[in-house]
Amino acid sequence: MPDHTSFHHALIVDHDQCIRCTHCVKVCPTEAIRIENGLVSIREDRCVDCGECVRACPQKAIDIDHDDLALIEHYKYRVVLFPAVFLGQFPERITEDQIYAALLKIGFTHAYEVEQPIGVLKNLIAQKVKQNRTGNPIISSFCPSVVRLIQIRYPSLCESLAPVKAPHDLVAHYVLEQLSAEGIQADEVGFFYITPCVAKITAVKTPVIEKKSIITGVISPRPIYNKIMAIADNIEPIDSMAMRRELTKEGIQWSLTNGETWWQRSKTMSVDGIHNTINFLERLENDQVNDVDFVELRACDRGCAAGVLLSQNRFLTVERLKRRARLYPNADNKLMVDGKPPFHHLESKLIANPVEPRQLFRFGNDLQKSMERMQRARNILCHLPGIDCAACGAPTCEALAEDMANGLAKMTDCVFISQLWQKEGKIAPLKAFDRMEKKWGIKRFDPDCHKKGAKNESN
Amino acid sequence: MMTLHFHIEGGNFTNAGFASSQVKKTLKQLNIDSGLIKKIVIALYEGEVNIVAHALKGEIVVEISPETITMILTDEGKGIDNIELAMKEGFSTASQKVREMGFGAGMGLPNIKKNVDQLFIESTVGVGTKLTMIKQLDHA
Repeated sequence: MPDHTSFHHALIVDHDQCIRCTHCVKVCPTEAIRIENGLVSIREDRCVDCGECVRACPQKAIDIDHDDLALIEHYKYRVVLFPAVFLGQFPERITEDQIYAALLKIGFTHAYEVEQPIGVLKNLIAQKVKQNRTGNPIISSFCPSVVRLIQIRYPSLCESLAPVKAPHDLVAHYVLEQLSAEGIQADEVGFFYITPCVAKITAVKTPVIEKKSIITGVISPRPIYNKIMAIADNIEPIDSMAMRRELTKEGIQWSLTNGETWWQRSKTMSVDGIHNTINFLERLENDQVNDVDFVELRACDRGCAAGVLLSQNRFLTVERLKRRARLYPNADNKLMVDGKPPFHHLESKLIANPVEPRQLFRFGNDLQKSMERMQRARNILCHLPGIDCAACGAPTCEALAEDMANGLAKMTDCVFISQLWQKEGKIAPLKAFDRMEKKWGIKRFDPDCHKKGAKNESN
Repeated sequence: MMTLHFHIEGGNFTNAGFASSQVKKTLKQLNIDSGLIKKIVIALYEGEVNIVAHALKGEIVVEISPETITMILTDEGKGIDNIELAMKEGFSTASQKVREMGFGAGMGLPNIKKNVDQLFIESTVGVGTKLTMIKQLDHA
């Protein structure tokens, strides 16, 4: 069996809120979720932290394992690092300077946007693309969900991932340098990253591309957004220029779709959305993508503007960021130092470890046995109805057949089979119901008038 | 031993590649080495496209055992006149219409030979062609 310990996952299911409706089970692109013993369970070895389950949950029962804001009090210097898409959440009437002022008011001593000085990353990626002699395009390693997806489903593409770290690493090193110039010691500084999504949390807590992250804590944007909205309209703006001095057109748009490609001179492609990404990776793996030097893949449609933890409309966020980017210089127009972009010395801090495959053994790791199990699953599938209703707790009939072949599910988990077997006298009706109840939990059969659309709907 | 069957319709380029992608999916689920899968899929895809481009219809049978994968592609069609010539890179009898769709570059059979361990071709002009490709899985 695969080990279940080495992946930290930022997803937490609130079992009291969960009504076991299987919305999450059905949308999971890696079929990682099941209903078992009356609870929803996530198979950690399959999960890539894309957050589709969080989006799909009508009960808001799937939460994220973020750090408490109180954590910041342990540090003398509390630096909040936030992505440009977070700023894109706020209505136009609230100015940049007001948002920065509000962040300091909340308790941070410094506030920096993550995507700066982006020229360093830009340069590094352009270099990797130029030096690439593998014949395959370089794949962006920006989206942690994509990195994990490639690890488990496309192991042969691991070596194509750009070995560079993320903007949040870059900005932390940059800020650390700024602060130490003021005489501040590194151990007095805590870096707190406001994440737009689940995957970035996991990327900081259990990084794939680095040993340990420089980030101290990861904070959900939700409470911060609420706190800012409560005070921003009346807050006295501050001059935030010093904290966004290295922000550029490229930086502001970096996390959006096309953010890593529009400025490149080589042949690039951008694909967004988890299902589109999977389709594209299949083609890439088959060598069916020719004549491309760099591929940008984002698990979310419209990139991080659709981060699952953000609350505002993704299209409006993109529009705001584009408008804002017009007011900022190009990274290339920044003052060059010895013919190189400013802060190019930070490049060495952004070289990432190579990404190792994490093969998923769907039918076990012995070829003979896994062939037998697969054959068994194919035989079982003949008897299943093929409507993928998820009433068995698995996302599809195929997934149920696979679970059965691996000894993780029973024929009677399928409601069609259960009915048929009762008619044929193969199982007593009471026993069949007992099995259902064991799978779904005792209270699952009670009426619930609070569910969406029901008599007493409430959230 | 596991067997997969596919029916191939001549001239239907929209569906060309279905059999090879199904075989790929199966081999991936069995955790076969990705380098091996790639070679198998390239060979099968070429064979599949050959049927679509040149034949009226065909059948693909893929037999997977822990040691070998055997792919048998049988088609009903015009057959191959000169097998030796067909094995040459760049030689093609594909129609202009097929070439306009990006196929028929004359790399099919040579590419198959390159990617499998054994390739057998039997063909009767005016009747059809049978390709048998074998790839060892226990490569070590």
